[in-house]
Amino acid sequence: MVSSFKEALKSGKFVVTGEVAPPKGTNLEKFVHHIDLLKDKVDAMNVTDHQSSVMRFPSLGGALLVKERGGEPVLQMTCRDRNRLALQADLLFASSRGINNVLCLTGDSVMLGDHKEAKSVFDMDSSQLVATVRKMEKGKDLGGSDLDGGVSFCAGAIVTPEANPLEPQLIKFEKKIEAGAEFIQTQAVYDLDKFKDFMKYARQFPVKILAGVILLTSAPMARFMNKNIAGVNVPKELVDEMASAPKGGALAKGIEIAGRMIRRIHEEKMCDGVHIMAIGKEELIPDIMAAAGLD
Amino acid sequence: MIRSVTQQKPEQEIDRLLKGLDRVFIIGCGTCVTLTHTGGEPEVSAMKETLTQKGKLITGTLVVPVACDNLTGEMLKEFGKQIDQADALLIMTCAFGVQNIASQLKKMVIPGLNTLFIGKETAFGEFNEICTQCGTCIIGETGGICPVTSCHKGLVNGPCGGTDNGKCEIDKNKDCAWTLIYNRLKELGRLDCMRKYQPPRNHLGEPTPGKLRIEN
Ligand code: SF4
Ligand code: SF4
Repeated sequence: MVSSFKEALKSGKFVVTGEVAPPKGTNLEKFVHHIDLLKDKVDAMNVTDHQSSVMRFPSLGGALLVKERGGEPVLQMTCRDRNRLALQADLLFASSRGINNVLCLTGDSVMLGDHKEAKSVFDMDSSQLVATVRKMEKGKDLGGSDLDGGVSFCAGAIVTPEANPLEPQLIKFEKKIEAGAEFIQTQAVYDLDKFKDFMKYARQFPVKILAGVILLTSAPMARFMNKNIAGVNVPKELVDEMASAPKGGALAKGIEIAGRMIRRIHEEKMCDGVHIMAIGKEELIPDIMAAAGLD
Repeated sequence: MIRSVTQQKPEQEIDRLLKGLDRVFIIGCGTCVTLTHTGGEPEVSAMKETLTQKGKLITGTLVVPVACDNLTGEMLKEFGKQIDQADALLIMTCAFGVQNIASQLKKMVIPGLNTLFIGKETAFGEFNEICTQCGTCIIGETGGICPVTSCHKGLVNGPCGGTDNGKCEIDKNKDCAWTLIYNRLKELGRLDCMRKYQPPRNHLGEPTPGKLRIEN
């Protein structure tokens, strides 16, 4: 079955996806609220997989919930916690439940999360996970055995357009596409002129690109990202603009900036869509879309 | 030369391990742990001093030349009486030495050190883990730099998203292996190696525990 997300990507429309994070615990109320709020607004919802190596309700369960509420899920899968048996098994389960989009990630180190003493797995990496999906679609598992009942996925991966040094990152980007990635989400981009340069390069490949947009919530948060998140560079002007917001108005300013950026990406047809990350403030994604003129 | 790289266990842990064991014989080693200042003559003397102050009776101390060598057993025999008098042996060698000694004596052994890795002294006083003996060596395509060991995640297809200005996402003092590999392959004009898709690694090279018998 072709997923509606895949159809949206193929249609040539400006695709919008939003990120939703399952809770730490079994209280799904807020999570369901976010899903219900977004399901008719975005083309798909990405469900994070123990983001930043912090243990939570699983992405597979979250994606299932999105499906049950009538939304379109993108299952995020990292290689940090599962070996190739477990990853393939989860792909089978996802497919059996109509979860047909997967975002293949290597995953953060467990040392960055809240179970620092855990054993990390990394039996595979992101490009190998993409290749695994493609192999399973041909009816075989990684051990070479036949699958009784196949799978079909719209598979994607990520890229950091402002990585330093850049070329190794681009080599990996190309390997992910060769392995079969149909769409690529980018790490958050703030300098759109730089992003345009990246797109000039990326356009030569048969892949859909969704620009990553992270909602800025305050000037200190922007500075924190500059310091601590690899490949994220919030230009000084934007940090200053956040700082200039009146007391209590930082969030509104962040929404305005995100909306302005998305509007420009859309109007200048820079890429195929955006992936909005409003970390911890998922309920604001519709406001960001409205600010971008996308409602 | 490769070295077994160690660090002293925290004092509280040693206290806990020695609880109720009042007579202690301390063993050090003249090779790797002497070089890393974790279990040579000075450290063994300091440990004797510390434990004596804590009320332990030190029945003797000995720094063997190479604790992981089979000859160590012969040397220990000469100290048989002092060892017999002890409730436990506190062994300030790497875990190879601890296990070698444990296999030769009927005594509880207590490691005084944590064995971190088998590494190479890359600069004076600096040790790096560069090979974890995986059994299926792949460095013929990575410019002689091991991503299995030097990349925190053991990735074989290029850097993860956490790589930052040539450093690893877990520690700004650790180089990102994939920046090193990229620089090396670029210098050698062989970036084609990095562009080649590598399938998931074969972990069946030598299943743990490794064992090899040379047939004639
Ligand atoms: S790939 Fe790395 S860990 Fe494996 S044998 Fe070669 S150098 Fe050692
Ligand atoms: S930053 Fe570099 S060395 Fe560290 S895990 Fe990622 S690729 Fe490996």
